[in-house]
Amino acid sequence: MQTILSILLENEPGSLSRIIGLFSQRAFNIESLTVAATEDKSLSRITIATNGDHEKIEQIIKQVNKLVDVLRISELSGKAHIERELMFVKLNAQTSDAREEIVRTTDIFRGQIVDCTNQLYTVQLSGKKEKLNAFIRSVKRQSDIIEIVRSGCVAIARGATALKP
Amino acid sequence: MTQLKLSGAAMVVQALNDLGVKHVFGYPGGSVLDIYDALFQQSEVQHVLVRHEQAATHMADAYSRSTDQIGVVLVTSGPGATNCITGIATAYMDSIPMVILSGQVATHLIGDDAFQETDMLGCSRPIVKHSYSCRAAEEIPTIIAKAFHLAKSGRPGPVVVDLPKDNLNPNATFDYFMPSEIKLRSYNPTIKGHPKQIKKAATALMAAKRPVIYAGGGVISANACDLLVAFAEKLNAPVTNTLMGLGSIPGTHPQFVGMLGMHGTYEANKSMGNADVIIALGARFDDRVTNNTDKFCTGAEIIHVDIDPSTISKNIRADIPVVGSIDIVLKQLLDFWQQEQLSQDSEANSLWWAQISEWRNRNCLKYDNSTGTIKPQQVIEALYRVTDGQAYITSDVGQHQMFTALYYPFSRPKQWINSGGLGTMGFGLPAAMGVKMAHPESEVVCISGDGSIQMNIQELSTCMQYDLPIKIVLLNNGNLGMVKQWQDMIYDGRHSHSYMQSLPDFVKLVEAYGHVGVNISDPSKLEQELTQAFELKDKLVFINVIVEEHEHVYPMQKRLGAIDDMWLGKGVDQ
Repeated sequence: MQTILSILLENEPGSLSRIIGLFSQRAFNIESLTVAATEDKSLSRITIATNGDHEKIEQIIKQVNKLVDVLRISELSGKAHIERELMFVKLNAQTSDAREEIVRTTDIFRGQIVDCTNQLYTVQLSGKKEKLNAFIRSVKRQSDIIEIVRSGCVAIARGATALKP
Repeated sequence: MTQLKLSGAAMVVQALNDLGVKHVFGYPGGSVLDIYDALFQQSEVQHVLVRHEQAATHMADAYSRSTDQIGVVLVTSGPGATNCITGIATAYMDSIPMVILSGQVATHLIGDDAFQETDMLGCSRPIVKHSYSCRAAEEIPTIIAKAFHLAKSGRPGPVVVDLPKDNLNPNATFDYFMPSEIKLRSYNPTIKGHPKQIKKAATALMAAKRPVIYAGGGVISANACDLLVAFAEKLNAPVTNTLMGLGSIPGTHPQFVGMLGMHGTYEANKSMGNADVIIALGARFDDRVTNNTDKFCTGAEIIHVDIDPSTISKNIRADIPVVGSIDIVLKQLLDFWQQEQLSQDSEANSLWWAQISEWRNRNCLKYDNSTGTIKPQQVIEALYRVTDGQAYITSDVGQHQMFTALYYPFSRPKQWINSGGLGTMGFGLPAAMGVKMAHPESEVVCISGDGSIQMNIQELSTCMQYDLPIKIVLLNNGNLGMVKQWQDMIYDGRHSHSYMQSLPDFVKLVEAYGHVGVNISDPSKLEQELTQAFELKDKLVFINVIVEEHEHVYPMQKRLGAIDDMWLGKGVDQ
């Protein structure tokens, strides 16, 4: 089962490599990882999507928390939360039928066409992983996919809960 | 008061001095020459020049293990730093505080594959508690102070401080500022056990009919050994030690049942396997203890006390986890019993001890010494008598290490210095040197094997330079004994590369280094000759004891079995 972890850590050189190194060193999986500085530039926030049974996740959380640079870690997937992933899909749309189909599908999925040439459309879409996968399955039927880039998921707890130093 | 202005290099030395460092173990090279020049111009911090950087790390490590100080290593960039990796990993696996100062090429050269450049932070990342790179000279004292704080507090461990050469420039001086207190917002280890967990643990222990105390190295690093004895006596429970925990309770204490695990005693492993409540104190359910985890102590409720939450339920699920420092938690447990006036089932307790004494009567450490050759066990027993059981003992890794752990009952904590977690051959000799530096008046013995000793033998030269009259007892069986034992037991006796052809004449070798060498091969003269060697107080004596070639270490757990499935001798099933 996918687990989403949110980590607040010191924005120091090498602090990201400690997180990534820990995951490979202890044979934990990373499905996706996003990182950026927070409002407070001395801190970074990481969202990691991983998987494993209850024991594994407990061990991951403890091991991450043990890193000296880490201030907080929270498992968001077990709580009320919002998660989103951003995706760009570059599609080959040579016929007008194909182009119309792409516009329609993009519309249904509430995406936007953010770049186009005579033959290519680039679609921007955000949502949960499953929604992005569904979009890919739909457009695949009508046009060739040239390239896909996905951001990996970011997530935040619902309500008053916040990950703060 | 005028503000002290120092160069980066001088700040390194000043900071070490301010932190109370007396000895630094190291080796000079291009990127740290400025620090060496600063060392030359003072006399407070003594530098010990090794012959290989790995030995510097083991010396510093053992210096830490045998004292309450923090061992410090100083090496140059590139090969100087990478030669430290084995020693850092050794300290990391056994949670030993150590600070490694590694030189680095100048900041503007980093990433250019400059001469002797290595990404030391990257290389050491998986085997350090934390690491720092100094990006400005002014940062140096604070970073070194932080490194010391991290190395020693919480679960101890090695910390690397990387020092780019441009920040050490002797011609650029800056205000020297050493913080009086270190606070890190992201680091705050839990010291005190949660009262709810203390209550659960204290209650479960008092209600236990067959309790066992399983104490590891964490008890020693928390300086909680006196409390452990008080706790054990209050509970009247048997105490078993991990390899790292030996000495936390005197080896002669009536409640001590010996080491547990792969080569643990029959009574220790049997007690564990039949316990109804086990309290693990600063131990980590290592695979060399548990044997098959699926079969591990299935009837026991497990209380796990450790300062590192990630150790709890990592290998074996804890029923009652307690996060905290062992000394504080033991006090809390003792206080709880006192306040609540809990008492135990004394009838069950006597039955338990009756059972344990039956197991003890198997006398699992007996061996046949009538073969005309010297048995390794015999050497350790003789050594115990010759040293009155009081010497600091360091060991390398292999059969001799297990024989020492089993046949030399340690009387106090920090007396037994060995590489438990990583199992580093070549640890013993430099470790003995580090201990001798810290305790010049005490007897320090390195017990080694003919394989291990050759992995850092160049340090005999350092011993001469610094006049370190340690004693080296070599259990020479002409084989990689532990490898051979496994090949005998698991590989139908196919001895693939486990024997040492072309062993040097050790006596001549140590004489070449300026020390004294002795050969012992007659069992009837063993103790007398050992005594004579130990009478040479101010000399390093290398005692080459020719021991029985085919001896195995027993007891030994059966592969994939439960903790108490053991062989008690060659083909002797329990």
